Amino acid sequence: MRVNFTVNGRRQEADDVWEGESLLYVLRERLGLPGSKNACEQGECGSCTVRLDGVPVCSCLVAAGQVEGREVVTVEGLADFARQREQGSCASGACGTSLQDAQSWSAAPRDGVTDSQTGEGTELSPIQQAFIDAGAVQCGFCTPGLLVAADEMLERTPSPSDEDIREALSGNLCRCTGYEKILDAVRLAAARQERKEEAV
Amino acid sequence: MDFLRPASWEEALAAKAEHPTAVPIAGGTDVMVEINFDHRRPEYLLDLNRIGELTEWEVGGENVRLGASVPYTAIMENLRAELPGLALASHTVASPQIRNRGGVGGNLGTASPAGDAHPALLAAGAEVEAESVRGSRMIPIDEFYTGVKRNALAADELIRAVHIKKADGPQQYSKVGTRNAMVIAVCAFGLALHPETRTVRTGIGSAAPTPVRARAAEDFLNAALEEGGFWESGNIITPSVAKQFAQLASGACNPIDDVRGTAKYRRHAVGIMARRTLGWTWEQYRGTARTLEGAA
Repeated sequence: MRVNFTVNGRRQEADDVWEGESLLYVLRERLGLPGSKNACEQGECGSCTVRLDGVPVCSCLVAAGQVEGREVVTVEGLADFARQREQGSCASGACGTSLQDAQSWSAAPRDGVTDSQTGEGTELSPIQQAFIDAGAVQCGFCTPGLLVAADEMLERTPSPSDEDIREALSGNLCRCTGYEKILDAVRLAAARQERKEEAV
Repeated sequence: MDFLRPASWEEALAAKAEHPTAVPIAGGTDVMVEINFDHRRPEYLLDLNRIGELTEWEVGGENVRLGASVPYTAIMENLRAELPGLALASHTVASPQIRNRGGVGGNLGTASPAGDAHPALLAAGAEVEAESVRGSRMIPIDEFYTGVKRNALAADELIRAVHIKKADGPQQYSKVGTRNAMVIAVCAFGLALHPETRTVRTGIGSAAPTPVRARAAEDFLNAALEEGGFWESGNIITPSVAKQFAQLASGACNPIDDVRGTAKYRRHAVGIMARRTLGWTWEQYRGTARTLEGAA
Protein backbone atom coordinates (compact mmCIF):
# COMPACT_ATOMS: atom_id res chain seq x y z
CA MET A 1 0.00 0.00 0.00
CA ARG A 2 0.95 3.62 -0.32
CA VAL A 3 1.19 5.93 2.70
CA ASN A 4 1.06 9.70 2.43
CA PHE A 5 2.08 11.69 5.45
CA THR A 6 4.07 14.68 6.59
CA VAL A 7 7.60 14.12 7.83
CA ASN A 8 9.43 17.07 9.36
CA GLY A 9 7.06 19.56 7.76
CA ARG A 10 7.19 18.15 4.22
CA ARG A 11 4.73 15.88 2.46
CA GLN A 12 6.17 12.43 1.83
CA GLU A 13 4.94 9.35 0.11
CA ALA A 14 6.04 5.83 0.90
CA ASP A 15 5.33 3.09 -1.62
CA ASP A 16 5.15 -0.69 -1.42
CA VAL A 17 4.51 -0.51 2.30
CA TRP A 18 3.52 -3.86 3.79
CA GLU A 19 0.31 -3.61 5.82
CA GLY A 20 1.90 -4.90 9.01
CA GLU A 21 4.88 -2.58 8.79
CA SER A 22 5.69 -0.10 11.54
CA LEU A 23 6.17 3.63 11.13
CA LEU A 24 9.75 3.06 12.27
CA TYR A 25 10.41 0.70 9.37
CA VAL A 26 8.88 3.15 6.90
CA LEU A 27 11.05 5.98 8.21
CA ARG A 28 14.26 3.98 8.18
CA GLU A 29 13.91 1.65 5.23
CA ARG A 30 11.48 3.40 2.88
CA LEU A 31 12.42 7.05 3.46
CA GLY A 32 16.08 6.55 4.34
CA LEU A 33 15.86 8.29 7.71
CA PRO A 34 17.88 6.13 10.12
CA GLY A 35 17.90 8.71 12.94
CA SER A 36 15.09 6.93 14.78
CA LYS A 37 16.74 3.81 16.11
CA ASN A 38 15.47 0.27 15.99
CA ALA A 39 16.27 -1.67 19.12
CA CYS A 40 13.59 -3.52 21.05
CA GLU A 41 10.62 -3.30 18.64
CA GLN A 42 8.28 -3.61 21.60
CA GLY A 43 8.07 -0.11 23.05
CA GLU A 44 10.43 -0.85 25.93
CA CYS A 45 13.43 1.26 25.01
CA GLY A 46 12.23 4.54 23.49
CA SER A 47 15.04 4.64 20.89
CA CYS A 48 12.51 5.05 18.09
CA THR A 49 10.62 7.94 19.72
CA VAL A 50 9.13 10.41 17.24
CA ARG A 51 6.31 12.91 17.49
CA LEU A 52 3.02 11.92 15.91
CA ASP A 53 0.77 14.96 15.61
CA GLY A 54 2.96 16.53 18.29
CA VAL A 55 2.76 13.62 20.74
CA PRO A 56 5.83 11.50 21.59
CA VAL A 57 5.26 7.87 20.61
CA CYS A 58 7.30 4.77 19.91
CA SER A 59 7.32 4.62 16.13
CA CYS A 60 7.87 0.86 16.27
CA LEU A 61 4.34 0.47 17.67
CA VAL A 62 2.54 2.68 15.17
CA ALA A 63 1.29 0.79 12.13
CA ALA A 64 2.35 2.51 8.92
CA GLY A 65 -1.24 2.80 7.72
CA GLN A 66 -2.16 4.67 10.88
CA VAL A 67 -0.02 7.68 9.93
CA GLU A 68 -1.86 8.38 6.68
CA GLY A 69 -2.41 12.14 6.53
CA ARG A 70 -0.73 12.76 9.88
CA GLU A 71 2.38 14.68 10.92
CA VAL A 72 5.59 13.11 12.12
CA VAL A 73 8.67 14.85 13.46
CA THR A 74 11.88 12.82 13.64
CA VAL A 75 15.21 13.67 15.19
CA GLU A 76 16.50 14.70 11.75
CA GLY A 77 13.98 17.54 11.68
CA LEU A 78 14.32 18.51 15.32
CA ALA A 79 16.61 21.51 14.75
CA ASP A 80 14.26 23.03 12.21
CA PHE A 81 11.24 22.16 14.36
CA ALA A 82 12.77 23.91 17.38
CA ARG A 83 13.70 26.99 15.33
CA GLN A 84 10.18 27.31 13.95
CA ARG A 85 8.71 26.92 17.40
CA GLU A 86 10.90 29.75 18.64
CA GLN A 87 10.01 31.99 15.72
CA GLY A 88 6.36 31.22 16.30
CA SER A 89 5.65 30.65 12.65
CA CYS A 90 7.02 29.64 9.34
CA ALA A 91 8.53 33.06 8.58
CA SER A 92 10.74 32.18 5.66
CA GLY A 93 8.05 30.26 3.79
CA ALA A 94 10.44 27.36 3.33
CA CYS A 95 9.78 25.44 6.47
CA GLY A 96 10.46 21.88 7.31
CA THR A 97 13.37 19.67 6.47
CA SER A 98 13.63 18.20 3.01
CA LEU A 99 14.06 14.47 2.71
CA GLN A 100 17.50 14.98 1.23
CA ASP A 101 18.64 17.25 4.05
CA ALA A 102 17.19 14.86 6.59
CA GLN A 103 18.89 11.87 4.99
CA SER A 104 22.28 13.53 5.03
CA TRP A 105 21.88 15.10 8.46
CA SER A 106 24.98 14.62 10.54
CA ALA A 107 26.39 16.23 13.64
CA ALA A 108 29.84 14.89 12.88
CA PRO A 109 32.67 17.36 12.19
CA ARG A 110 33.00 18.29 8.55
CA ASP A 111 35.19 16.11 6.40
CA GLY A 112 38.82 17.07 6.46
CA VAL A 113 38.36 19.61 9.23
CA THR A 114 40.35 18.41 12.19
CA ASP A 115 39.78 21.25 14.63
CA SER A 116 36.04 21.28 14.16
CA GLN A 117 33.79 20.11 16.99
CA THR A 118 30.77 17.90 16.89
CA GLY A 119 27.76 19.88 15.76
CA GLU A 120 29.71 22.80 14.31
CA GLY A 121 28.92 21.98 10.73
CA THR A 122 25.16 21.89 11.11
CA GLU A 123 22.26 23.59 12.77
CA LEU A 124 21.36 22.05 16.11
CA SER A 125 18.31 22.40 18.31
CA PRO A 126 18.98 23.72 21.83
CA ILE A 127 18.48 20.25 23.31
CA GLN A 128 20.98 18.75 20.87
CA GLN A 129 23.55 21.44 21.73
CA ALA A 130 22.96 20.84 25.43
CA PHE A 131 23.56 17.09 25.01
CA ILE A 132 26.90 17.81 23.34
CA ASP A 133 27.90 20.45 25.89
CA ALA A 134 27.00 18.24 28.86
CA GLY A 135 28.72 15.17 27.44
CA ALA A 136 25.44 13.28 27.45
CA VAL A 137 26.28 11.20 24.39
CA GLN A 138 28.24 8.00 24.83
CA CYS A 139 27.53 5.30 22.26
CA GLY A 140 24.74 7.52 20.96
CA PHE A 141 22.17 4.87 20.24
CA CYS A 142 19.58 6.11 22.74
CA THR A 143 20.30 9.77 21.96
CA PRO A 144 17.78 10.42 19.15
CA GLY A 145 14.86 9.09 21.21
CA LEU A 146 15.98 11.01 24.26
CA LEU A 147 16.31 14.23 22.25
CA VAL A 148 12.78 13.96 20.89
CA ALA A 149 11.34 13.10 24.31
CA ALA A 150 13.31 15.78 26.15
CA ASP A 151 12.50 18.46 23.57
CA GLU A 152 8.80 17.76 23.91
CA MET A 153 9.01 17.88 27.70
CA LEU A 154 10.76 21.28 27.61
CA GLU A 155 8.06 22.57 25.26
CA ARG A 156 5.33 21.44 27.67
CA THR A 157 7.16 22.12 30.95
CA PRO A 158 9.59 25.02 30.46
CA SER A 159 10.96 24.87 34.02
CA PRO A 160 11.02 21.19 34.82
CA SER A 161 11.85 19.74 38.21
CA ASP A 162 14.17 16.74 38.34
CA GLU A 163 11.07 14.62 38.83
CA ASP A 164 9.52 16.04 35.68
CA ILE A 165 12.67 15.19 33.74
CA ARG A 166 12.89 11.67 35.11
CA GLU A 167 9.23 11.07 34.39
CA ALA A 168 9.46 12.39 30.83
CA LEU A 169 12.52 10.27 30.07
CA SER A 170 11.35 7.15 31.90
CA GLY A 171 10.54 5.44 28.62
CA ASN A 172 14.03 5.86 27.19
CA LEU A 173 16.72 3.39 28.12
CA CYS A 174 20.45 4.17 27.98
CA ARG A 175 22.53 1.00 28.26
CA CYS A 176 25.76 2.97 28.67
CA THR A 177 23.97 4.10 31.84
CA GLY A 178 24.91 7.69 31.20
CA TYR A 179 21.74 8.94 32.85
CA GLU A 180 23.38 11.52 35.12
CA LYS A 181 24.85 13.43 32.19
CA ILE A 182 21.62 13.08 30.28
CA LEU A 183 19.82 14.70 33.22
CA ASP A 184 22.53 17.38 33.27
CA ALA A 185 21.93 18.06 29.59
CA VAL A 186 18.21 18.51 30.04
CA ARG A 187 18.74 20.77 33.06
CA LEU A 188 21.21 22.79 30.96
CA ALA A 189 18.78 23.15 28.09
CA ALA A 190 16.04 24.19 30.53
CA ALA A 191 18.30 26.78 32.16
CA ARG A 192 19.31 28.21 28.78
CA GLN A 193 15.68 28.35 27.72
CA GLU A 194 14.76 30.21 30.92
CA ARG A 195 17.59 32.68 30.48
CA LYS A 196 16.53 33.37 26.94
CA GLU A 197 12.97 34.00 28.03
CA GLU A 198 14.09 36.37 30.76
CA ALA A 199 16.13 38.33 28.23
CA VAL A 200 13.12 38.84 25.98
CA MET B 1 -2.59 -8.76 5.08
CA ASP B 2 -5.20 -6.08 4.47
CA PHE B 3 -5.33 -2.78 6.25
CA LEU B 4 -8.88 -1.61 6.87
CA ARG B 5 -9.33 2.06 7.68
CA PRO B 6 -12.95 2.79 8.59
CA ALA B 7 -13.72 6.49 8.85
CA SER B 8 -16.67 6.04 11.20
CA TRP B 9 -17.90 3.71 13.92
CA GLU B 10 -20.61 2.32 11.65
CA GLU B 11 -18.01 1.52 9.01
CA ALA B 12 -15.86 -0.18 11.63
CA LEU B 13 -18.77 -2.39 12.74
CA ALA B 14 -19.53 -3.28 9.14
CA ALA B 15 -15.90 -4.17 8.52
CA LYS B 16 -15.74 -6.33 11.65
CA ALA B 17 -18.96 -8.09 10.61
CA GLU B 18 -17.58 -8.78 7.19
CA HIS B 19 -14.17 -9.87 8.49
CA PRO B 20 -14.60 -11.37 11.97
CA THR B 21 -10.90 -12.34 12.05
CA ALA B 22 -9.87 -8.71 11.67
CA VAL B 23 -7.67 -7.56 14.55
CA PRO B 24 -8.62 -4.11 15.82
CA ILE B 25 -5.66 -1.79 16.29
CA ALA B 26 -5.83 1.52 18.15
CA GLY B 27 -2.72 2.43 20.16
CA GLY B 28 -0.93 -0.58 18.73
CA THR B 29 1.03 -1.14 21.92
CA ASP B 30 0.00 -4.81 22.08
CA VAL B 31 -0.82 -5.66 18.47
CA MET B 32 2.33 -4.19 16.92
CA VAL B 33 4.58 -6.05 19.33
CA GLU B 34 3.05 -9.32 18.20
CA ILE B 35 3.40 -8.38 14.54
CA ASN B 36 6.97 -7.10 14.95
CA PHE B 37 7.96 -10.40 16.56
CA ASP B 38 6.11 -12.49 14.04
CA HIS B 39 3.87 -13.95 16.71
CA ARG B 40 0.81 -12.94 14.82
CA ARG B 41 -0.04 -12.45 11.16
CA PRO B 42 -3.64 -11.29 11.09
CA GLU B 43 -5.44 -11.41 7.79
CA TYR B 44 -6.86 -7.98 8.43
CA LEU B 45 -5.82 -5.08 10.62
CA LEU B 46 -8.74 -2.84 11.53
CA ASP B 47 -7.41 0.63 12.29
CA LEU B 48 -9.60 2.56 14.74
CA ASN B 49 -7.50 5.74 14.82
CA ARG B 50 -9.70 7.64 12.42
CA ILE B 51 -12.76 7.29 14.63
CA GLY B 52 -12.56 10.44 16.71
CA GLU B 53 -15.35 9.59 19.14
CA LEU B 54 -13.31 6.71 20.56
CA THR B 55 -10.90 9.20 22.14
CA GLU B 56 -13.67 11.17 23.86
CA TRP B 57 -15.18 10.78 27.31
CA GLU B 58 -18.30 12.04 29.03
CA VAL B 59 -18.71 12.58 32.73
CA GLY B 60 -22.30 11.78 33.66
CA GLY B 61 -24.15 11.76 36.96
CA GLU B 62 -23.13 8.27 38.01
CA ASN B 63 -20.70 7.07 35.40
CA VAL B 64 -17.86 8.17 33.21
CA ARG B 65 -18.31 6.94 29.67
CA LEU B 66 -14.73 6.46 28.57
CA GLY B 67 -14.13 6.02 24.84
CA ALA B 68 -12.20 2.85 24.10
CA SER B 69 -9.16 4.70 22.73
CA VAL B 70 -8.84 7.51 25.29
CA PRO B 71 -5.10 7.37 25.98
CA TYR B 72 -3.88 6.71 29.51
CA THR B 73 -2.25 10.16 29.51
CA ALA B 74 -5.66 11.78 29.11
CA ILE B 75 -7.11 9.69 31.95
CA MET B 76 -4.27 10.76 34.25
CA GLU B 77 -4.61 14.41 33.31
CA ASN B 78 -8.38 14.78 33.17
CA LEU B 79 -10.14 12.12 35.23
CA ARG B 80 -8.16 12.02 38.46
CA ALA B 81 -11.15 13.18 40.53
CA GLU B 82 -13.80 10.98 38.90
CA LEU B 83 -11.69 7.86 38.42
CA PRO B 84 -8.84 8.05 40.96
CA GLY B 85 -8.08 4.32 40.91
CA LEU B 86 -7.91 4.14 37.13
CA ALA B 87 -5.87 7.36 36.99
CA LEU B 88 -3.32 5.85 39.37
CA ALA B 89 -3.29 2.60 37.41
CA SER B 90 -2.83 4.55 34.18
CA HIS B 91 0.20 6.27 35.63
CA THR B 92 1.86 2.89 36.21
CA VAL B 93 1.48 1.88 32.57
CA ALA B 94 4.85 1.55 30.85
CA SER B 95 6.18 4.96 29.81
CA PRO B 96 4.92 8.35 28.56
CA GLN B 97 5.26 7.19 24.95
CA ILE B 98 3.09 4.14 25.60
CA ARG B 99 0.57 6.07 27.71
CA ASN B 100 0.17 8.52 24.83
CA ARG B 101 -1.06 5.71 22.59
CA GLY B 102 -2.54 2.96 24.72
CA GLY B 103 -6.00 3.00 26.26
CA VAL B 104 -8.45 0.95 28.28
CA GLY B 105 -10.24 -0.47 25.23
CA GLY B 106 -7.03 -2.16 24.14
CA ASN B 107 -6.32 -3.40 27.64
CA LEU B 108 -9.76 -5.03 27.65
CA GLY B 109 -9.41 -6.37 24.13
CA THR B 110 -6.09 -8.02 24.98
CA ALA B 111 -7.48 -9.14 28.37
CA SER B 112 -4.07 -10.04 29.70
CA PRO B 113 -4.21 -10.94 33.38
CA ALA B 114 -1.38 -8.41 33.80
CA GLY B 115 -3.22 -5.49 32.18
CA ASP B 116 -2.84 -2.49 34.47
CA ALA B 117 -6.36 -1.11 34.11
CA HIS B 118 -8.23 -4.27 35.15
CA PRO B 119 -7.86 -4.16 38.95
CA ALA B 120 -8.98 -0.52 38.94
CA LEU B 121 -12.02 -1.29 36.78
CA LEU B 122 -12.99 -4.26 38.96
CA ALA B 123 -12.67 -2.18 42.13
CA ALA B 124 -14.56 0.84 40.82
CA GLY B 125 -17.28 -1.16 39.08
CA ALA B 126 -17.67 -0.89 35.32
CA GLU B 127 -19.49 -2.11 32.27
CA VAL B 128 -18.04 -2.64 28.82
CA GLU B 129 -20.08 -1.23 25.95
CA ALA B 130 -19.66 -3.75 23.15
CA GLU B 131 -21.27 -3.32 19.78
CA SER B 132 -21.73 -5.14 16.50
CA VAL B 133 -23.98 -4.69 13.51
CA ARG B 134 -26.42 -6.87 15.49
CA GLY B 135 -26.67 -4.28 18.23
CA SER B 136 -25.13 -2.94 21.39
CA ARG B 137 -24.82 -4.59 24.81
CA MET B 138 -23.34 -3.80 28.19
CA ILE B 139 -21.06 -6.46 29.65
CA PRO B 140 -20.50 -6.21 33.43
CA ILE B 141 -16.77 -6.10 34.12
CA ASP B 142 -17.06 -9.15 36.41
CA GLU B 143 -18.25 -11.21 33.45
CA PHE B 144 -15.87 -9.77 30.89
CA TYR B 145 -12.69 -11.75 31.54
CA THR B 146 -13.20 -15.37 30.56
CA GLY B 147 -9.68 -16.82 30.48
CA VAL B 148 -6.04 -16.02 29.89
CA LYS B 149 -6.18 -13.33 27.21
CA ARG B 150 -9.81 -14.20 26.56
CA ASN B 151 -12.84 -12.03 26.95
CA ALA B 152 -16.60 -12.11 26.47
CA LEU B 153 -16.58 -10.34 23.10
CA ALA B 154 -18.15 -12.08 20.13
CA ALA B 155 -16.12 -12.27 16.92
CA ASP B 156 -18.08 -9.46 15.28
CA GLU B 157 -18.05 -7.15 18.30
CA LEU B 158 -15.90 -4.12 19.02
CA ILE B 159 -15.44 -2.25 22.29
CA ARG B 160 -16.88 1.22 21.93
CA ALA B 161 -16.55 2.54 25.48
CA VAL B 162 -16.26 1.59 29.12
CA HIS B 163 -18.78 2.93 31.60
CA ILE B 164 -17.02 3.29 34.93
CA LYS B 165 -18.71 4.25 38.20
CA LYS B 166 -17.62 7.67 39.37
CA ALA B 167 -15.75 7.42 42.64
CA ASP B 168 -17.93 7.99 45.72
CA GLY B 169 -14.97 7.47 48.03
CA PRO B 170 -11.20 6.99 48.07
CA GLN B 171 -9.58 4.55 45.66
CA GLN B 172 -6.05 3.22 45.54
CA TYR B 173 -3.92 1.13 43.25
CA SER B 174 -0.71 -0.70 43.95
CA LYS B 175 1.59 -2.57 41.60
CA VAL B 176 4.69 -4.66 42.19
CA GLY B 177 7.48 -4.43 39.65
CA THR B 178 11.23 -4.20 39.53
CA ARG B 179 11.20 -0.47 38.82
CA ASN B 180 8.72 2.38 38.48
CA ALA B 181 8.58 2.65 34.70
CA MET B 182 8.36 0.07 31.95
CA VAL B 183 7.31 -2.93 33.95
CA ILE B 184 4.67 -5.55 33.45
CA ALA B 185 3.08 -6.09 36.82
CA VAL B 186 4.41 -8.97 38.91
CA CYS B 187 1.06 -8.50 40.58
CA ALA B 188 -1.26 -5.56 41.23
CA PHE B 189 -4.14 -4.65 43.51
CA GLY B 190 -6.89 -2.08 43.25
CA LEU B 191 -9.22 -1.11 46.05
CA ALA B 192 -12.18 1.25 46.14
CA LEU B 193 -14.25 2.35 49.11
CA HIS B 194 -17.89 2.94 48.25
CA PRO B 195 -19.26 4.85 51.26
CA GLU B 196 -22.66 5.34 49.59
CA THR B 197 -23.33 1.61 49.59
CA ARG B 198 -20.96 0.94 52.48
CA THR B 199 -19.04 -1.58 50.48
CA VAL B 200 -15.44 -2.17 49.53
CA ARG B 201 -14.51 -3.57 46.13
CA THR B 202 -11.21 -4.98 45.01
CA GLY B 203 -9.36 -6.10 41.92
CA ILE B 204 -6.33 -8.36 41.63
CA GLY B 205 -4.03 -8.28 38.62
CA SER B 206 -1.45 -10.77 37.42
CA ALA B 207 -2.13 -13.35 40.12
CA ALA B 208 -4.74 -15.59 38.47
CA PRO B 209 -5.61 -16.64 34.90
CA THR B 210 -7.81 -13.56 34.67
CA PRO B 211 -8.11 -10.34 36.63
CA VAL B 212 -10.31 -11.21 39.61
CA ARG B 213 -12.03 -9.66 42.58
CA ALA B 214 -11.17 -10.90 46.04
CA ARG B 215 -14.81 -11.69 46.82
CA ALA B 216 -14.35 -13.51 50.11
CA ALA B 217 -12.12 -10.70 51.34
CA GLU B 218 -14.70 -8.11 50.32
CA ASP B 219 -17.54 -9.99 52.01
CA PHE B 220 -15.57 -10.40 55.19
CA LEU B 221 -14.53 -6.76 55.28
CA ASN B 222 -17.98 -5.42 54.43
CA ALA B 223 -19.47 -7.42 57.30
CA ALA B 224 -16.71 -6.44 59.72
CA LEU B 225 -16.97 -2.74 58.87
CA GLU B 226 -20.76 -2.85 59.23
CA GLU B 227 -20.70 -4.75 62.51
CA GLY B 228 -18.06 -2.53 64.03
CA GLY B 229 -19.83 0.65 62.91
CA PHE B 230 -16.63 1.77 61.21
CA TRP B 231 -18.37 3.70 58.40
CA GLU B 232 -20.10 5.96 60.97
CA SER B 233 -17.31 6.25 63.50
CA GLY B 234 -14.43 6.52 61.04
CA ASN B 235 -12.35 4.64 63.58
CA ILE B 236 -9.09 3.04 62.61
CA ILE B 237 -9.75 -0.45 61.28
CA THR B 238 -8.80 -3.06 63.85
CA PRO B 239 -5.45 -4.63 62.87
CA SER B 240 -6.90 -8.14 63.14
CA VAL B 241 -9.62 -7.22 60.64
CA ALA B 242 -7.06 -5.78 58.21
CA LYS B 243 -4.94 -8.89 58.64
CA GLN B 244 -7.83 -11.23 57.94
CA PHE B 245 -8.77 -9.14 54.89
CA ALA B 246 -5.20 -9.42 53.61
CA GLN B 247 -5.17 -13.20 54.11
CA LEU B 248 -8.44 -13.63 52.27
CA ALA B 249 -7.20 -11.42 49.40
CA SER B 250 -4.10 -13.55 49.21
CA GLY B 251 -6.32 -16.62 49.10
CA ALA B 252 -8.24 -15.23 46.13
CA CYS B 253 -5.10 -15.59 44.02
CA ASN B 254 -4.43 -18.50 41.75
CA PRO B 255 -1.01 -17.52 40.46
CA ILE B 256 1.71 -19.26 38.50
CA ASP B 257 5.49 -19.24 38.71
CA ASP B 258 6.99 -17.33 35.81
CA VAL B 259 9.97 -15.15 34.95
CA ARG B 260 8.51 -12.16 36.76
CA GLY B 261 7.87 -13.91 40.07
CA THR B 262 6.84 -17.07 41.86
CA ALA B 263 3.29 -18.00 42.79
CA LYS B 264 4.26 -17.91 46.45
CA TYR B 265 5.64 -14.39 46.16
CA ARG B 266 2.56 -13.19 44.30
CA ARG B 267 0.23 -14.54 47.00
CA HIS B 268 2.33 -12.87 49.64
CA ALA B 269 2.58 -9.54 47.82
CA VAL B 270 -1.15 -9.39 47.07
CA GLY B 271 -1.86 -9.76 50.79
CA ILE B 272 0.53 -6.92 51.58
CA MET B 273 -0.96 -4.68 48.89
CA ALA B 274 -4.48 -5.46 50.10
CA ARG B 275 -3.61 -4.38 53.63
CA ARG B 276 -1.77 -1.26 52.45
CA THR B 277 -4.40 -0.05 49.99
CA LEU B 278 -7.06 -0.59 52.65
CA GLY B 279 -4.96 1.47 55.07
CA TRP B 280 -4.38 4.27 52.55
CA THR B 281 -8.01 4.54 51.47
CA TRP B 282 -9.33 4.29 55.01
CA GLU B 283 -7.03 7.12 56.12
CA GLN B 284 -8.38 9.20 53.24
CA TYR B 285 -11.95 8.30 54.24
CA ARG B 286 -11.29 9.40 57.79
CA GLY B 287 -10.06 12.67 56.33
CA THR B 288 -6.87 12.69 58.29
CA ALA B 289 -4.44 11.80 55.55
CA ARG B 290 -2.04 13.89 53.65
CA THR B 291 -2.54 13.85 49.93
CA LEU B 292 -2.02 10.30 48.81
CA GLU B 293 -1.91 10.90 45.11
CA GLY B 294 0.95 9.01 43.62
CA ALA B 295 0.95 6.45 46.40
CA ALA B 296 0.83 3.77 43.72
